[in-house]
Amino acid sequence: MDLGELSHLLAWGATSAYAVALVAFAADLATLADHAAQRRRPAQERVGTFAGVSAGPGVVRPTTDRAAAGGADDARPLPRRAAAIAVSVTTVGLLLHTVSAVLRGLAAGRVPWANMYEFTLVGTLVAVATFLALVRRRDVRFLGTIVLGLTVVALGVALVGFYTPARGVEPALQSPWLVIHVSIATIATGLFTVAFAASTLQLLKDSREQGSSRLAGPRWRALEMLPSVRELEALSFRINAVAFVLWTFTIMAGAIWADHTWGRYWGWDPKEVWSFVVWVVFAAYLHARTTRGWGGRRAAWFVLVGYATVIFNFTVVNLLFQGLHAYSGVS
Amino acid sequence: MSERERRPDDHAAPFEAAASEAGTSQAGTSGPDGRPDRPVELPRLGVRGSLRWVWRQLTSMRVALLLLMLLAVVAVPGSVLPQRPVDPAAVAEYVRDNPTLGTWLDRLGFFDVYASVWFSAVYLLLFVSLIGCILPRTWAHLRSAGARPPRTPRRFDRFAVRDEAVVDAPAEDVVRAARTSLRGPLSVLPRFRVDTGEEPQGVRTVAAERGYLRETGNLLFHLALVGLLVSVAWGQLQHYRGQAIVVEGRGFANAVTDYDTFEAGTAFDPRSLVPFTMTLDRFTSEFTPDARAVDFTAEVTVREPGDDVRETTIRVNHPLRVGGAKVFLQGNGYAPEVVVEDAAGEVAFAGAVPFLPEDAVYTSRGVVKVPDVSAGDQIGLVGYLLPSAEITEAGARSVHPQPLDPVLVLTVWSGDLGLDDGIPQNVYQLDESGMDQVLDADGEPVTLVVRPGQTVDLPEGLGTLTWDGLPRFVALDLRHDPSLPWVLASSVAALLGLAVSLFTPRRRVWLRVVPSDDGRTVVRAAALARSDDLGLAAELERTMTAVRALGEVPDARATGGHAQTADDVPESAPLGKA
Repeated sequence: MDLGELSHLLAWGATSAYAVALVAFAADLATLADHAAQRRRPAQERVGTFAGVSAGPGVVRPTTDRAAAGGADDARPLPRRAAAIAVSVTTVGLLLHTVSAVLRGLAAGRVPWANMYEFTLVGTLVAVATFLALVRRRDVRFLGTIVLGLTVVALGVALVGFYTPARGVEPALQSPWLVIHVSIATIATGLFTVAFAASTLQLLKDSREQGSSRLAGPRWRALEMLPSVRELEALSFRINAVAFVLWTFTIMAGAIWADHTWGRYWGWDPKEVWSFVVWVVFAAYLHARTTRGWGGRRAAWFVLVGYATVIFNFTVVNLLFQGLHAYSGVS
Repeated sequence: MSERERRPDDHAAPFEAAASEAGTSQAGTSGPDGRPDRPVELPRLGVRGSLRWVWRQLTSMRVALLLLMLLAVVAVPGSVLPQRPVDPAAVAEYVRDNPTLGTWLDRLGFFDVYASVWFSAVYLLLFVSLIGCILPRTWAHLRSAGARPPRTPRRFDRFAVRDEAVVDAPAEDVVRAARTSLRGPLSVLPRFRVDTGEEPQGVRTVAAERGYLRETGNLLFHLALVGLLVSVAWGQLQHYRGQAIVVEGRGFANAVTDYDTFEAGTAFDPRSLVPFTMTLDRFTSEFTPDARAVDFTAEVTVREPGDDVRETTIRVNHPLRVGGAKVFLQGNGYAPEVVVEDAAGEVAFAGAVPFLPEDAVYTSRGVVKVPDVSAGDQIGLVGYLLPSAEITEAGARSVHPQPLDPVLVLTVWSGDLGLDDGIPQNVYQLDESGMDQVLDADGEPVTLVVRPGQTVDLPEGLGTLTWDGLPRFVALDLRHDPSLPWVLASSVAALLGLAVSLFTPRRRVWLRVVPSDDGRTVVRAAALARSDDLGLAAELERTMTAVRALGEVPDARATGGHAQTADDVPESAPLGKA
């Protein structure tokens, strides 16, 4: 077995681990929902209250975020065994995933993000790594279901539909900009994914709190245990702000690369058009947040639309549109 | 783009404006962005009033937001429909296949979206709106360059992030330590602006604020976008770009006439072309066994006026810089060198004819036009070059792009090539209107199969064809755009401004330093951030650590203060009026 095949196997292993973790995260949400049903005091038991907002009695010494999570005034912390298992399994999956990506790079003799399979492999790696990094800083395990759900679907599609054996790249891709441009694009995509998860939950929770009949049922009770709508919005914004700056850089680096390779920095190639559309939608999101009457729910919809354009840019544009960015590797 | 906040000259405003993010209502006619966000009632002021109303609408945040959304939408058709600047043939085909729809789309500019009236209108309005918003804010920001932190509030118990310590040091030292810690190591660019003050009974206060750069970054970003637009437009006027096909051993001179295609901006002066010459010495390519390209290298000799002759290479991703232009290796192929002798035995044609590759294995199509026959009909040879031919019963095809077993497969035409009418012709296509294809006895076209070095007889005694060699050709793309450094500088400035405006935290820290009778000093501190700020607690901790280092008295609490309870703290809003 060569390195490429080993990498392929490990990718399947990581996907399986993520699938297991996904189930565990779902079970955790069910636990939260049950808990919410038993003790309807959502305000004090929300998971992941942020420091600076939580306020215990007496003088508040600056606290770390983890200490604030879990609720200082809740004597009996909610046991979340499923969530703990889920995080462990996700960590194992991330390990397999990382080794898989590294082996893929070694097998091809270059950075492992030159076609759709590899881009998905590394993009999901960034999404899961971002998620786990956030979990270390504060309790955002509630995002697990969405992040891992998207990851499992994306990896599955990549393994079944986009897979292509590891090999070198054509002359146009032999550039240091492959390392810079595509890696930053991958990281931005991973971050957009996590922010999308936060905004989705923000909208769901907001709808439930506003008495939406569809979300009123016990199945959605776990929403009560999440951080407040405002905190979810702030979380999504922070991640989107980083992702937006990285996306801006991606477009600029791409323009420089295009100038080196194709002799023009911008030519309205379908990929360029859609990268521009992604950029404009998230720019509109940042403006909407500070425009009265457009914040909150409306701004969150921008994140959903923006993420849809990110996914469209990666899938439909790569596979169906004729353009210079024809590097999908899928025939 | 970045958040836009309330008028920067209203110094206390940005923090209060954050309340609108929390969903609370806010009085006033100005939004958090500093743009009027409520449609102003149409004043009966005639033309001037109406114009002012239009201007206020255009520069309002709401309209800017709508224009941004519109920009995203109008950009999409260009990725779906074929675009004339990219692929005119695809546009023609689309119009042919959809006559009615195609004609209308063409009229409405859908085949050149990014130069269309409606696309231009959207982005130009957006830029007008941006300038109308940014310029007043820039003046305001410059005026408020020396703004000071707001005064220390009377009570700290409203703030969620606060701290308290008793230290065994004089108040003077505490203030100095806090000030040093807040200002940070860089005296040129202090992290916080710090003001110290005094209150009755020897009480000292420290008021500090950071985040002034946020608005600076925001303005820089938007101004850089304007710079980007101006640079791109200027480049459009000044640039030139041309394509030329150069065969191995041949040369090329940088003159408008030497290009196969040439286009330039309206402000371009052909006399400004630097008259350098270039010879293609050698072209090498490398492929994997399964015909994937690995490397292309063109070795050239360049002669610039007043400069030495130099030998260099052009590769994909590594353009050659010469005479103020960049030369890109855009394509390559084979140009078989053939000699055609006519029926009289005179050399009617001798030269290398570029055959354009049509697929990954370089199945290349080309035409040999022989107009200068000494007598009789003109000759046209049309067909394919197969670099690694595999000839079977079913036909001939190429299996690899390298010339392992090159074969020319040609059909023969005779008649009038149509070159004498003075109408420019495509050199890669045969105008068949005045030509007849030479057929064999069965009525099938005569097909010549030629290998290098061979001489074959043309049918019907037209003459002979000799294939002498197989040089390579390269398709070069030359471009000169003086705006590139400006485009790059604007982009970098925009990125920098964006990062600064999004990642600069806006925080305020206050300390009240109260000397007590026993020589100790009670220090109370509070911090406030704009919206949720994870680093706020750590920020205050950093300052208080510096204060505590003066000698904290453990477990000593200030006496006489009022009890602080959680009820005092509004859970949902860590932001109060300062």
